[in-house]
Amino acid sequence: MKIHEYQGKDILRAFKVPVPKGGVAFSVDEAVSVAETLGGSVWVVKAQIHAGGRGKGGGVKVAKSIDEVRTFASQILGMTLVTHQTGPEGRLVKRLLIEEGANIAREMYVGITLDRACSMNCVMVSTEGGMEIEKVAAETPEKIVKEYVVPSAGFREFQARRLAFALGLTGDAFKGAVKFLLALYKAYEATDASLFEINPLVVTKEGTVIALDAKVNFDDSALARHPEFDALRDLDEEEPLEIEASKSNLNYIKLDGNVGCMVNGAGLAMATMDIIKLAGGEPANFLDVGGGANAETVEAGFKIILADKNVKAILINIFGGIVRCDRVANGVVEAAKKVHVAIPIVIRLAGTNADLAAVILQESGMSFLVATDLKDAAEKVTRALGA
Amino acid sequence: MSILVNKKTRLVVQGLTGGEGTFHTSQMLQYGTNVVAGVTPGKGGTSYKGNERDAFPLAVPVFNTVSDAVRAQAADTSIIFVPAAFAADAIMEAADAGITLIVCITEGIPVKDMVTAYDFIQRKGVRLIGPNCPGIITPGECKIGIMPAFIHKPGHVGVISRSGTLTYESVWQLTERGIGQSTCIGIGGDPIIGTRFVDALALYNADDKTDGIIMIGEIGGTAEEEAADYIRKHVKKPVVGFIAGRTAPAGRRMGHAGAIISGGKGTAAEKMEAMRDAGIHVCESPAELGDTMQKALAKMYKRKVSVSVARAVKAKPKAAVKPKPVSKKKPVKAQTAPVSKKAVAPKKKTAAKAGNKSAAVKKKK
Repeated sequence: MKIHEYQGKDILRAFKVPVPKGGVAFSVDEAVSVAETLGGSVWVVKAQIHAGGRGKGGGVKVAKSIDEVRTFASQILGMTLVTHQTGPEGRLVKRLLIEEGANIAREMYVGITLDRACSMNCVMVSTEGGMEIEKVAAETPEKIVKEYVVPSAGFREFQARRLAFALGLTGDAFKGAVKFLLALYKAYEATDASLFEINPLVVTKEGTVIALDAKVNFDDSALARHPEFDALRDLDEEEPLEIEASKSNLNYIKLDGNVGCMVNGAGLAMATMDIIKLAGGEPANFLDVGGGANAETVEAGFKIILADKNVKAILINIFGGIVRCDRVANGVVEAAKKVHVAIPIVIRLAGTNADLAAVILQESGMSFLVATDLKDAAEKVTRALGA
Repeated sequence: MSILVNKKTRLVVQGLTGGEGTFHTSQMLQYGTNVVAGVTPGKGGTSYKGNERDAFPLAVPVFNTVSDAVRAQAADTSIIFVPAAFAADAIMEAADAGITLIVCITEGIPVKDMVTAYDFIQRKGVRLIGPNCPGIITPGECKIGIMPAFIHKPGHVGVISRSGTLTYESVWQLTERGIGQSTCIGIGGDPIIGTRFVDALALYNADDKTDGIIMIGEIGGTAEEEAADYIRKHVKKPVVGFIAGRTAPAGRRMGHAGAIISGGKGTAAEKMEAMRDAGIHVCESPAELGDTMQKALAKMYKRKVSVSVARAVKAKPKAAVKPKPVSKKKPVKAQTAPVSKKAVAPKKKTAAKAGNKSAAVKKKK
């Protein structure tokens, strides 16, 4: 689960990780009043969307007067911000973060995430702040310094010291960084986060260490024990069809193609998308109906796929294990009767009761294209697209 | 004929009396799996025969703790059907009780819990399969998991996969072509899993009844790259591979918690390239897995036959005809043909030394 920068900073603040003073604004007037409450002479107006690269896209501006705060806020609020992470369609900005300006002496990077290769959390820092860390990792990997967290010991002070020294810090900045890192890890653990990224982490001219940005992702599997995070969800940042699908317990991800697909199992769903591509189509979605596919889930799946107007054909690929193919076939027939489907449907059902399923589909009197195996399914989709 | 599990495996089911536990235990019992105990805290001392929908062919004794089940029934392997919030605890309980192989089916265990559980089992030296996996099966002997049993067939191909239904798909393609499996393992789709590709590959490589390996990966992480490296260095058996998720967009979690391309890393293209470099037969389409394995096996059996022919020629010229060219169309039969593996050893040198033209020619094909 992704959250906004201002929400991430609220969480960090609660764990005593130093962040700039600031507040969220949903309107220009609110932005001005937040700036006035903060006081000072420099403010930063930041677009709040769930994507990085906001500065380059014109979503972050430094204001030197309250008038400028008003100007920038009205420019950014309501704009469609396009960054390398939003895709060409961009994202509508509906929230702003207004912060006090900082006197930046140095920009650095710190990130925390799971290292899957060793199944341990990893705290990493780099002197190359403000840059894309992927780029640093690819071009100058020696500039990223890592400490692994042994679960029974936790993230230790000596590790924080090593990282602070690796950043070349001394004096108050060094002490500040050690405290910062220890508090940051504590927050990471306590919130069941899957990613913390502070880029840039800055040393101010006054020698303090603060998080100028905050990217916080939570582990979806742990959300059940953090009901307090429900309020942080921003539905405007999610695809409406995906929200709809999640209500029916379907795992749906919208893509840009023309062939809708409905599959059981995440791996087979991805493989089916790959097959569509090989057959000359483009997958319109990822849809895993899970282990309990029945008439209701199939119907819900149909509705969601068909709501995407780009879809020109549908491929249903179910490998029945616990799920019985005859039940899925009945579900498909029932759903197709209820929901008007004007495009070709290729169906491939294998596994438990596949033969019964074939009979049901044949006797339904509907014009399904029944495929015998994966290869056949791909060919039938190609043909359906050509027709 | 297998790795990790067989007829002798003594299984304890953690979460036996729950809905999932009941249904799948009845399926496992029907398959002939040696289920010796169940654990449901608070129900120790009773025995369980399933419910009306899923009646067991025999009663399974229930214990309060895994330790009790190990003591009373000498259980050595456990399967976990415990809800996500309690599953990591169940893994650690099994490891602490002296279980040597733990299969965790549960999906959606918080990563933080798994970091702790993984560390715990490492200290105990216990093997874990999963979590978020379909389990493990040695066809004809022992099924520990939720996979549909009837798609399997005893034989000599090992299957390892991060995905459940995609494992079934590849197994079915093999079975339809008459190719049986030694053992099939779904290693799970989570970021933290107990048994990785390399671990399973090492076992298949050492198992002299496994002739070929199908390895199915997916986007995210670097496990496939590690596996490719291992295969290049150690595995001489034919390996057929596929990576799911070529069309998946970056930064989106594709169902499995572990299937996500992050920071430009973990793409299918990268993985396929690493696998090709390691000599793995990489399939562009998952529909080709069965055919590709069939061809790879045919080629290998042919080579082995020609080598043994060459050896035979060297030893006793007339015996050259004896091991009939094991079949070109149906390599399946070759699996059971009396082609002794011991007679194969260093292939190239033997064939060359034999100085037998026909053997050398055959080899080139």
